[in-house]
Amino acid sequence: MDTKIYDMGKIDIAWCPGCGNFSILKVLKETLSELNIAPGKLIMVSGIGQAAKTPHYLKGNVFNGLHGRALPPATAIKAVNRNLVVIAEGGDGDMYGEGGNHFIHTIRRNPDITNIVHNNMVYGLTKGQASPTSLKGFNTPVQINGVILEPFNPLAVAIGLGASFVSRAYSDDMKETKEIIKKAIKHKGYALVDLLHPCVSFNKLNDRKWFKEHTYYLGKDYDPTNRDEAFKKATETDKLPLGVFYINKSAMPFEKKLIAYKNNKKPMYEREVDFKKLKNLIASKKG
Amino acid sequence: MNDVSIVICGEAGQGIQTVEKILTSILKLSGYYIFSTTEFMSRIRGGSNSTEIRISDTPVNSFVEKIDILIPLDFKAVDHVKQRIGKDTIILGRKEFIQGKTKRTFEVQFTKLAEEAGNKIYANTVTVGLIAGILGVDFSILEKFIRGFFKKKDEKIINGNIEAGKKGYEVGEKLIKENKIDFKIKKSEKVKDSLLVNGTDLVSMGAIGGGCNFISSYPMSPSTGVLTFFSRQQEEFGIIAEQAESEISAINMALGAWYAGARAMVTTSGGGFALMSEGLSLAGILETPVVIHLAQRPGPATGLPTRSEQGDLLFALFAGHGEFPRIILAPGKMEDVFDLTRKAFDMADKFQVPVVIMTDQYLLDSSFLVPSIDVSKLKNKKYFVKTDKNYKRYKLTKDGISPRGIPGYGRGLVVVDSDEHDEEGHITEDLDFRTKIVDKRLRKMDLIRKEMQPPELIGNKNYKMLVIGWGSTYYGIKEALERLEDSKTAFLYYKQVYPLHPNTKGYLEKAERTIVIENNATGQFAKLIKMETGIRTDNSILKYNGLPFSVEEIVGELKAIMKEEGK
Repeated sequence: MDTKIYDMGKIDIAWCPGCGNFSILKVLKETLSELNIAPGKLIMVSGIGQAAKTPHYLKGNVFNGLHGRALPPATAIKAVNRNLVVIAEGGDGDMYGEGGNHFIHTIRRNPDITNIVHNNMVYGLTKGQASPTSLKGFNTPVQINGVILEPFNPLAVAIGLGASFVSRAYSDDMKETKEIIKKAIKHKGYALVDLLHPCVSFNKLNDRKWFKEHTYYLGKDYDPTNRDEAFKKATETDKLPLGVFYINKSAMPFEKKLIAYKNNKKPMYEREVDFKKLKNLIASKKG
Repeated sequence: MNDVSIVICGEAGQGIQTVEKILTSILKLSGYYIFSTTEFMSRIRGGSNSTEIRISDTPVNSFVEKIDILIPLDFKAVDHVKQRIGKDTIILGRKEFIQGKTKRTFEVQFTKLAEEAGNKIYANTVTVGLIAGILGVDFSILEKFIRGFFKKKDEKIINGNIEAGKKGYEVGEKLIKENKIDFKIKKSEKVKDSLLVNGTDLVSMGAIGGGCNFISSYPMSPSTGVLTFFSRQQEEFGIIAEQAESEISAINMALGAWYAGARAMVTTSGGGFALMSEGLSLAGILETPVVIHLAQRPGPATGLPTRSEQGDLLFALFAGHGEFPRIILAPGKMEDVFDLTRKAFDMADKFQVPVVIMTDQYLLDSSFLVPSIDVSKLKNKKYFVKTDKNYKRYKLTKDGISPRGIPGYGRGLVVVDSDEHDEEGHITEDLDFRTKIVDKRLRKMDLIRKEMQPPELIGNKNYKMLVIGWGSTYYGIKEALERLEDSKTAFLYYKQVYPLHPNTKGYLEKAERTIVIENNATGQFAKLIKMETGIRTDNSILKYNGLPFSVEEIVGELKAIMKEEGK
């Protein structure tokens, strides 16, 4: 499929020049086109933030909901129509901060969705406050003496919860990022892509140079099915590993386990109430 | 006497609910009109809980203060209900529990009789047998029911319970034979075809009838029963029932489900609804339908978790930031609980608005006899459309309703956004368009007003005094007015409280005096009436101790007002 089918034409994009989000958008379109996912089948679900605007910049169905709340509707959309391809996309504040509880429980639930989290370690849309992943000592207009909280480690949390697919990528490495997102979308179950990217306006600490110096790719001999090893890799902080950390092969997607599909494979919108069964249910109350 | 109130009182964990379940079932099978309601503490063991079972010749559906027969199951029981014990109240039970409160006490050694039947744990079955004996229930009905009820247990336990039931039954028969107790309640054939249901059953079955195939909720009393009901029906009706990690997640899931073509609902109580208010507002701007069952209990905050109140009406009306249309239903008559919960899905789908169904603990947990519901002619209409290539989710239309597409059905793309959006659904800050789309959303109110549930007038059309109620007070007020037999007083029952039906003003203007009866402290419906009609109602009868109104209380309060009126 040509990547052009995802183009929105002339639109006003709210990102700063040089923002890592531009490469992510480009990579995403290429990934979708290589996987032959038609815009009509694609549902982009997001919350609020600069990253959460991504769905507006490519052709597809969109559910742009509340800040922090992308994962619950994404789960439900996939649950009621299993034919759709669902991607929940947003930033680190959106998914790990405001939506932290949903992040934990969506991993436990394991719906067949892809969760792309643009992680630039800072709040963009609200102008430069600390995000859950900001490094200690990072100065902001609110954290005036530097961040004193321990940074949130999404990969370690996800692996700890037995997430079915856990990965990290870096936006400037477009070729590698594309391969990681491709694997994430193809994976049957919840797939996390923690997508590092620079914020050129509000994060002068973690700039392009910093990311280049502080990242490396997991080697070819790395075994992503080894949970202990994956956890060890996730806790490395001097240099951040990139690639697919963990695949939990025993995890079955949420939608496959739903009783609602036991005798009926149709998506919810095609179903009708069985009034005969309701009649019987009501009659059972006669005693 | 042809209207008997039996109260069983004891600690949580003593099996009062099992006694209630068996008794109401066998009394119904025997052909008596019955009603039962329970008040209980927020605890798993201990405390004092009580169940009232009313048995009558004619339909009865409300809580009464009076107790004809009291069965205390512990030392604290008599004290717990002492204000309701009258000189004619008969107390049956162990000597040490009776405490000599009235002259009409009879010692019944439940535990001893149970031990004679094989095990002291059969004591509750002795209680059931006793009441069955007093009322002259055919013992074979009780026996058959016990066999079914304990069918998973072994034969020894089944026979032990039957024996225990018989022992209680014989005591009851003896009391009647010796003329110590005298009850004559006629049976009715009509009862047999009726349904024995509580509000939870009817909300749930109504929702299933409305095509609900997705429910996401977080457990919270008294709303949880609906989630439990759905969970049990997942396979039979092909429903997804999911316990969410929070109410925030629950409503956002429900919106996602509707967006992708399901019919979804959430069931919650005040505190959970508070967490949902952001999602309610989201439903407002997305114009994604949603049905919210709001099961009220007394607040603020945790309040009284197992008690009843109508304290969230104005909260439901104003919850959610920003301005958007909504519908609030408050059925009180059991037939309406089924009917309106079902219609809530049609209204939500048709108008693309959130619909809130308000109930409360009293309505949900009480058991009622309801005429059987015919669903054979029901049909649900689906309002979503097959999209074409140029589909725009928020097309500006004359009536404000933009045809709702769902993703994956048709050739168009369905874009919805919590930001203010253009016709396609994409984020916009075009401020001229903002005014247009706000107007579009609010225009739907005109359509909604055209298809409202009118209030029901019960009593003389040429009333002078008008009593107004909404939701669960329906049966209590109705019975109170029947007792008052005042031809100049009528009852106006609201099952839809917002928008308020335009004929309200006419009803109010005709009355010389208007009285609003509500289970809250600040007269919220009276305020809503004032806001919508400009008319200030004359009196409010309010109760907010966590219990529903009794028929006697309403009679007493109304008499006091009538007396004052007469001066």
